[in-house]
Amino acid sequence: MESIPQGATQGRITKTGRSEDVHTKLIIRLQMDVQLFVKGGSLPVARNGLVRMRGAGRRRGRGGAPAGLVGVRCYPFPGSFPAPQPASRSLNCPGQARSDTAALAQPPPPPPPQAQTSPGPVKMGAVPNRRLGSVRGVPMSSPPGRRARLSSPGTGRSSSEAREELRRRLLGLIESNRVMIFSKSYCPHSARVKELFSSLGVECNILELDRVDDGANVQEVLSEITNQKTVPNIFVNKVHMGGCDRTFQAHQCGLLQKLLQEDAAFEYDLIVIGGGSGGLACAQEAAILGKKVMVLDFVVPSPQGTSWGLGGTCVNVGCVPKKLMHQAALLGQALSDARKFGWEYSQQVKHNWETMTEAIQNHIGSLNWGYRLSLREKAVAYVNSYGEFVEHHKIKATNRKGQETYYTAAKFVLATGERPRYLGIQGDKEYCITSDDLFSLPYCPGKTLVVGASYVALECAGFLAGIGLDVTVMVRSVLLRGFDQEMAEKVGSYMEQHGVKFLRKFVPVMVQQLEKGSPGKLKVVAKSTEGPETIEEVYNTVLLAIGRDSCTRKIGLEKIGVKINEKSGKIPVNDVEQTNVPYVYAVGDILEGKLELTPVAIQAGKLLARRLFAGCLEKCDYVNVPTTVFAPLEYGCCGLSEEKAIEVYKKENLEVYHTLFWPLEWTVASRDNNTCYAKIICNKFDNYRVIGFHVLGPNAGEITQGFAAAMKCGLTKQLLDDTIGIHPTCGEVFTTLEITKSSGLDITQKGC
Amino acid sequence: MAAALRGPGGRFRWRTWAAAAAAAAAAGGVRGAARSAAAGRQDYDLLVIGGGSGGLACAKEAAQLGKKVAVVDYVEPSPRGTRWGLGGTCVNVGCIPKKLMHQAALLGGMIRDAPHYGWAIQPVLHDWRTMAEAVQNHVKSLNWGHRVQLQDRKVKYFNIKAGFVNEHTVCGVAKDGKETLLSAEHIVIATGGRPRYPTHIEGALEYGITSDDIFWLKESPGKTLVVGASYVALECAGFLTGLGLDTTVMIRSIPLRGFDQQMSSLVTEYMASQGTRFLRGCTPSRVRRLPDGQLQVTWEDLTSGKEDMGTFNTVLWATGRIPETRSLNLEKAGVNINPNSQKILVDAQETTSVPHIYAIGDVAEGRPELTPTAIMAGKLLAQRLCGQSSDVMDYDNVPTTVFTPLEYGCVGLSEEEAVARHGEEHVEVYHAYYKPLEFTVAERDASQCYIKMVCLRKPPQLVLGLHFLGPNAGEVTQGFALGIKCGASYVQVMRTVGIHPTCAEEVAKLRISKRSGLDPTVTGC
Repeated sequence: MESIPQGATQGRITKTGRSEDVHTKLIIRLQMDVQLFVKGGSLPVARNGLVRMRGAGRRRGRGGAPAGLVGVRCYPFPGSFPAPQPASRSLNCPGQARSDTAALAQPPPPPPPQAQTSPGPVKMGAVPNRRLGSVRGVPMSSPPGRRARLSSPGTGRSSSEAREELRRRLLGLIESNRVMIFSKSYCPHSARVKELFSSLGVECNILELDRVDDGANVQEVLSEITNQKTVPNIFVNKVHMGGCDRTFQAHQCGLLQKLLQEDAAFEYDLIVIGGGSGGLACAQEAAILGKKVMVLDFVVPSPQGTSWGLGGTCVNVGCVPKKLMHQAALLGQALSDARKFGWEYSQQVKHNWETMTEAIQNHIGSLNWGYRLSLREKAVAYVNSYGEFVEHHKIKATNRKGQETYYTAAKFVLATGERPRYLGIQGDKEYCITSDDLFSLPYCPGKTLVVGASYVALECAGFLAGIGLDVTVMVRSVLLRGFDQEMAEKVGSYMEQHGVKFLRKFVPVMVQQLEKGSPGKLKVVAKSTEGPETIEEVYNTVLLAIGRDSCTRKIGLEKIGVKINEKSGKIPVNDVEQTNVPYVYAVGDILEGKLELTPVAIQAGKLLARRLFAGCLEKCDYVNVPTTVFAPLEYGCCGLSEEKAIEVYKKENLEVYHTLFWPLEWTVASRDNNTCYAKIICNKFDNYRVIGFHVLGPNAGEITQGFAAAMKCGLTKQLLDDTIGIHPTCGEVFTTLEITKSSGLDITQKGC
Repeated sequence: MAAALRGPGGRFRWRTWAAAAAAAAAAGGVRGAARSAAAGRQDYDLLVIGGGSGGLACAKEAAQLGKKVAVVDYVEPSPRGTRWGLGGTCVNVGCIPKKLMHQAALLGGMIRDAPHYGWAIQPVLHDWRTMAEAVQNHVKSLNWGHRVQLQDRKVKYFNIKAGFVNEHTVCGVAKDGKETLLSAEHIVIATGGRPRYPTHIEGALEYGITSDDIFWLKESPGKTLVVGASYVALECAGFLTGLGLDTTVMIRSIPLRGFDQQMSSLVTEYMASQGTRFLRGCTPSRVRRLPDGQLQVTWEDLTSGKEDMGTFNTVLWATGRIPETRSLNLEKAGVNINPNSQKILVDAQETTSVPHIYAIGDVAEGRPELTPTAIMAGKLLAQRLCGQSSDVMDYDNVPTTVFTPLEYGCVGLSEEEAVARHGEEHVEVYHAYYKPLEFTVAERDASQCYIKMVCLRKPPQLVLGLHFLGPNAGEVTQGFALGIKCGASYVQVMRTVGIHPTCAEEVAKLRISKRSGLDPTVTGC
């Protein structure tokens, strides 16, 4: 195979039909600098000096590594992202270029494990004998057999998968080596470049494409990454230099030396923006793996002025306080059960909101502290400041006093989470509270209107009613959208039976303060969604739980070109949680199309850190994630809702088994018979595999977890039937499900 | 369980009847009578002796599949005179009342938690009568439910105590002495077991009670000595303590024999922290009634050899159970038993030494003494008898839960068993001490909340056993039992996303191996 001189590729590229302006858009700033700089030297602007965004932006990964590539780190190539062109920066002289490169350049991280994979790059000293085999100006012909080799990777996997793996491997090499040369052992141009670096005393890593089995593939993928089809193909500090001539030009004008000097490390290997479940998990894992990590966390006070400590939504204004308040409500139920079980107490038991919130807030305080401690132990820098990108790899951190500090990092993880949405009606931000405020409310909310039908709405309404408050839920359309609707209705009807009022098909249009106080009095005007009817009612507290918005619009993402879904504010990522800007990743609630659950964020964050810094390949699996709604009657589920299952598999291909059940503990307590409900959805044509699991009853969370593990292992109806129940529990009903929904048989429970 | 023929009186009556029957049979020769019954009219396709969980499940299933079925059930009163209705041990003197009383005790704990959660409630007292009545009413409703179910499915029910006349014929005696002869093509023995009295101890039978009685006491047992270390002993002691009673457990050797011993000691440790007293390495030697009605128990400390003494209101024996086989005249049918355990020998098909006679549940040799296994074995047996399926019961990986104050759920192998089978170097144990979220605000001590997963060490690290100690252990364990049934590996369990915040999620977060020696305490979220 022959290598060709630089200019020769031009015609070829033009043939592929890429227009000049497409390229212009895809130029990254540094390359722009290089290009302009080179332009001064009256050279044609070689397209092969540019980096294309395609390929570098959204990479698809895969689960396992092929035999020869095991242990290869998946370093994405940070040099190739589609940055918007900051006009003030693009026209520059070499001197100005420095600030740009500062943001881009990165010292090589410690050599990744792929150094051991043979055939690998060889050091300068080991450069084999070269042969003067090509003449400058002679166009290279496509090497015979290249196509054939590409289309038959011989690994037994699809060639696209193999290519992805290869791409990752190459990006890893580029990322982790200060100078990376892809060359051929006999190529004279390659030899010249090697000599150049040798004379500069610079150590460089070389991959001889003619000495590796998949050399042709490497060259192909390299051309995709760099738009340069020839060797040598040179990267310095992750910046694509181009070929031999371009490298020499860069050397002549000093750019090469400058790039080589860009050894000043980014201050951090990783900066995580957002100290919630996902962010902290990722930061700690990265720190355990020996990386220098910073976490930026800053809670912007709610419109009501509530703010909190480290740990994010779950710990401060989510799972933890809500489960504890749910527990308070359950204890209220337990107190009334207790009489039936022989416990005697005469007085009317009242609930004290302040005692409860204080206890809960104390616990949260200890968790906040625990996180601080844990970060300190793992030597993660924690900065209580608001993080905002100002340029590539650089972030501005603003603290409470308005002091600004700048930090740089090689990689970033966005984990800013979400905050409750407001209605956008008169009086909402002034007078309404959200879940951000409820859990630390210094006074009992009194008569409460909960607006919304999300799980947050139902959970809050549930425990407020459970501690004895007058609660109304205003629902625009359906309960628990996205959840199984049969279950959702059952959750709602249980609440209704236990004193929660529901106003269906109404939306608030105005909130007006009638009286100040703790709590005050608010007049709410609501309008029917179906007609002109309006209603008015006075409440002490109005709690909005109509959804949550991602905190992605004010963190400078536009400065570095991270794409967000303009409508939802969510961030699209590929299956390795990578955004369109390769060095920026995202986890948690801000991900588009992913689940907003703490354990998911934690799992995603941990695995991300392991992929980034430990060469792991395992990806976060977002399938069959179990969850539980801690409504007064808990609802646990895993897999598909019945609606979704029908949509995906068609009704006739499914069998739904279900039953009502009466928890033993409820019998003596004279609580509602035939209220708790269990349902599984099986795919008839896949061995009756369980594709949906739903349980409504006490301790639904505890029940569901194990079944979720079983679903991971391919749970079928037969296995359920073969498993012995634990008697007497609620969970055991799943081992004796006999009645199908299609049979229409009675499912009320009798006997043991 | 059912068809019980215990007690001094019972045995005597039986002998009279047996003599009469033998005399009658002698007329034509016992074998001859049996033959004629076998050759001639069989009253039923299936006769089930014992109306407990297994027997009823089998009978109902067979009836549903079109067979003519009869169930005979008779509860011989306990030595204290306690008796109950249809449904067997589980419903009457087992799982159901014990879980309900356990729940009563848990509610006591919740009442203590409640002030932390804002409920203004003063410490309260427990009234045994109210609870017992409620529990007993529920049990009675279940008895009734079983009667109705049998009727619905056209299963003939006889409240008689049965004994074999020959291999196809059973004679039953009613309370009034009336005899009924029943013959059937297939006979299922599901008579269960009854608590064992340590009759060698002076005063044991006269003054002690057992689990047959505790749930039916009208008055609080008061200060109680529970003798034994079985799960029955610990569960009873646990709820008695929880209801505010002064409770002592006397254990001769180790608690919860057969269970994972690390878990067992955590179970008792927690109980001790909740106020249950433990007398270890002690064995009672006599019980005397004092003039004031209290019971004076004398015991020997096996390590020191010294005698000690204490007074209690109630002494509860929970030293094991014996199968109800002695009164069945099994020898007349030719059914073999294990002479040591008195249990009936069965094969994988639940068949005894006589091909058309089967045994299921606690009375069968080598079976776990658990309601759901008996139910499933009964159902599967009925299905096989009716030619519906050929599936046999799989007794491996049966999950179970001990409802002690801190519940202990387990499935699969104990750590000891896993090491014994696979060798220590091939076993990896992942474990964690965790704190249930609800404990935090309530300021409860969670020192014994512990999870242990026993795996093979070789990847993918197949899960051999799971042990969970904490609230709602039964609910937590059930699903994971499925997972183990599905052949779950450690890796698969770790890939399961947790449900936050639950205790069960800690199972999916077990990262620390015992071998590593790292601190297994879960900190943070």
